[in-house]
Amino acid sequence: MDTRVSIAGVELKNPVMTASGTFGSGMEYGRFVDLNRLGAIVTKGVASVPWPGNPTPRVTETPSGMLNAIGLQNPGIDVFVERDLAFLKDYDVPVIVNVCGKTVEEYLEVVERLGDTSVAMLEINVSCPNVKEGAIAFGQKADALFHITEEIKKKAKQPVVMKLSPNVTDITEMAKAAEAAGADAISLINTITGMKIDVAKRKFVLANKTGGLSGPAIRPVAVRMVYQCAHAVSIPIIGMGGIATAEDALEFIMAGATAVSVGAVNFANPYATVEVIEGMERYLQDTHTETIRELIGCVDR
Amino acid sequence: MDYRKKETTVVVSQKEISAGIFDLRVRTQAAAYCVPGQFAGIFPPSDSRMLMRPISICEANAESGEIRFVYRVAGEGTKLISALKEGDTAELLSVLGNGFPLDAAEGKKVAVMGGGIGIPPMLYTAKKLAGKTAETEIYLGYRNNDTFLASEFTPYGTVNVVSEDGSTAYKGNVLDALKERGFKPEVIFACGPMPMLRAIKRYAEEAGCIAYISLEERMACGVGACLGCVAKTVNKDEHSHVNNTRVCTEGPVFDSREVEI
Ligand SMILES: Cc1cc2nc3c(=O)[nH]c(=O)nc-3n(C[C@H](O)[C@H](O)[C@H](O)COP(=O)(O)OP(=O)(O)OC[C@H]3O[C@@H](n4cnc5c(N)ncnc54)[C@H](O)[C@@H]3O)c2cc1C
Ligand SMILES: Cc1cc2nc3c(=O)[nH]c(=O)nc-3n(C[C@H](O)[C@H](O)[C@H](O)COP(=O)(O)O)c2cc1C
Ligand code: FES
Repeated sequence: MDTRVSIAGVELKNPVMTASGTFGSGMEYGRFVDLNRLGAIVTKGVASVPWPGNPTPRVTETPSGMLNAIGLQNPGIDVFVERDLAFLKDYDVPVIVNVCGKTVEEYLEVVERLGDTSVAMLEINVSCPNVKEGAIAFGQKADALFHITEEIKKKAKQPVVMKLSPNVTDITEMAKAAEAAGADAISLINTITGMKIDVAKRKFVLANKTGGLSGPAIRPVAVRMVYQCAHAVSIPIIGMGGIATAEDALEFIMAGATAVSVGAVNFANPYATVEVIEGMERYLQDTHTETIRELIGCVDR
Repeated sequence: MDYRKKETTVVVSQKEISAGIFDLRVRTQAAAYCVPGQFAGIFPPSDSRMLMRPISICEANAESGEIRFVYRVAGEGTKLISALKEGDTAELLSVLGNGFPLDAAEGKKVAVMGGGIGIPPMLYTAKKLAGKTAETEIYLGYRNNDTFLASEFTPYGTVNVVSEDGSTAYKGNVLDALKERGFKPEVIFACGPMPMLRAIKRYAEEAGCIAYISLEERMACGVGACLGCVAKTVNKDEHSHVNNTRVCTEGPVFDSREVEI
């Protein structure tokens, strides 16, 4: 039984990663799961300087999901390199750093700073719906996405994964723009913009008014988008959106994803990542499938 | 050693002790690792509810292996939890948060203050402070004469029951009663609604005493990973260096001088 996959030359023990922003830098969930078991750890978005994030309430529950408007609170790249990357060095797990910024220059600053570190890949967050400037603006227009991808590729020493927003008319346009500009892979989906109103108070529940929807509620949308993108581009895809079990993860892989990320479900079940890996191994065994790679995009075969 | 697990616990009992206020007891080894002021995440028994409900530990007994929660039905999640019966299972994420620094009360004159549904964690706090302090005065604020839990505080100090409508010994809020009695605490431990905590913060600054207050915030992970639950801090926070600290991890209990509320 072989669960290995590779993305842009980076070998992963298995295709199961953490989704950015739902797993910190692994410190908190290292008490629940053996981080060495994971295919990769994708860290919380980090910017060139500390970001305070949005006012609270930042999170709320919705049916089979949740809305968040954290606003990318992060300590900035300096603290991140000294503390978080130092912590992760002790683990035998590839680290993918999620990068955010308000301008192209800010993204580039982080990308360059990470150049001489042991980080395996960079995931560029151009799809966070919760910050006013930058971020999503780059992710909702194909030409803007092309431009920022191209600039980042010029400076990046590691493979570049562009993280796509589902809040667009046609996600395949975005996938194609990223590929054309040289992206090594794409990841999707980021959260779907949503809103919740407290009827008793006649007010928005979230201080930011809108938030990003994640969790099992978005899974069918995410699977569909992964499938569409798998047909639009030939670079590898990291699929995510509401994965809770191995079956959920396999849906993404069968739709065309090479790897998957477990996100908000970590909050409901802190053991979810390893349970997905174990379930996947069982599936391969039970169905006498030699390698997980046979399943990538298999629905069309 | 601290304890942190998500596990399936067994409900020992649950009863409604007052209108809409439930007393839930579950069996878990976590009971041996709790500190007053810490909390647990209780998952509503429903597949479509993915987040835990943070509920303070009202009592924990290492011998019987039981944790007790006293909570108000506030919405759908707590309503679902309130339907749990003896023998049912309850999904619990525990033990969470920092808890009250009980050592700060050693040999001091201490006021234990609870308001409304902030009273349950103060029962455990008062119990664990017994014998440590020079003097403990307990102030419990209610809306009316529905004074759930109040009688259970008696062994742990002088209990002063305050109500907004004046139907108990003192009328007004917990600080009104404290001033009326002329009690001058050196340390305050408090949990309750935000206006009460703000007033206590102000009082502590004026009176020159130290107040440890327990804050509430919306949470997702409960373990410090999502940054959903932050409170504004005066100084740079440990995690992100942006004066926004995690209530679930660095809190819920803070020295009132450290937070902007
Ligand atoms: C550290 C801490 C300790 C607490 N201890 C107690 C306690 O001992 N007894 C008690 O009765 N209540 C306590 N609360 C409040 C309790 O968590 C909420 O009343 C409860 O989560 C409401 O859930 P619901 O599904 O019934 O309400 P809904 O309004 O339907 O909940 C929707 C979402 O908002 C969250 N939410 C709603 N109100 C609050 C709130 N006040 N604080 C935090 N999250 C909220 C819920 O967890 C849920 O995710 C505590 C809160 C915190 C943060
Ligand atoms: C609390 C929270 C914080 C997030 N922070 C980030 C982030 O910093 N960068 C990013 O690219 N995506 C972030 N995301 C999006 C997730 O990585 C993921 O794309 C999305 O939640 C869908 O997956 P899920 O349904 O499994 O959570 C965040 C999601 C949540 C719930
Ligand atoms: S609830 Fe996630 S950091 Fe506190």
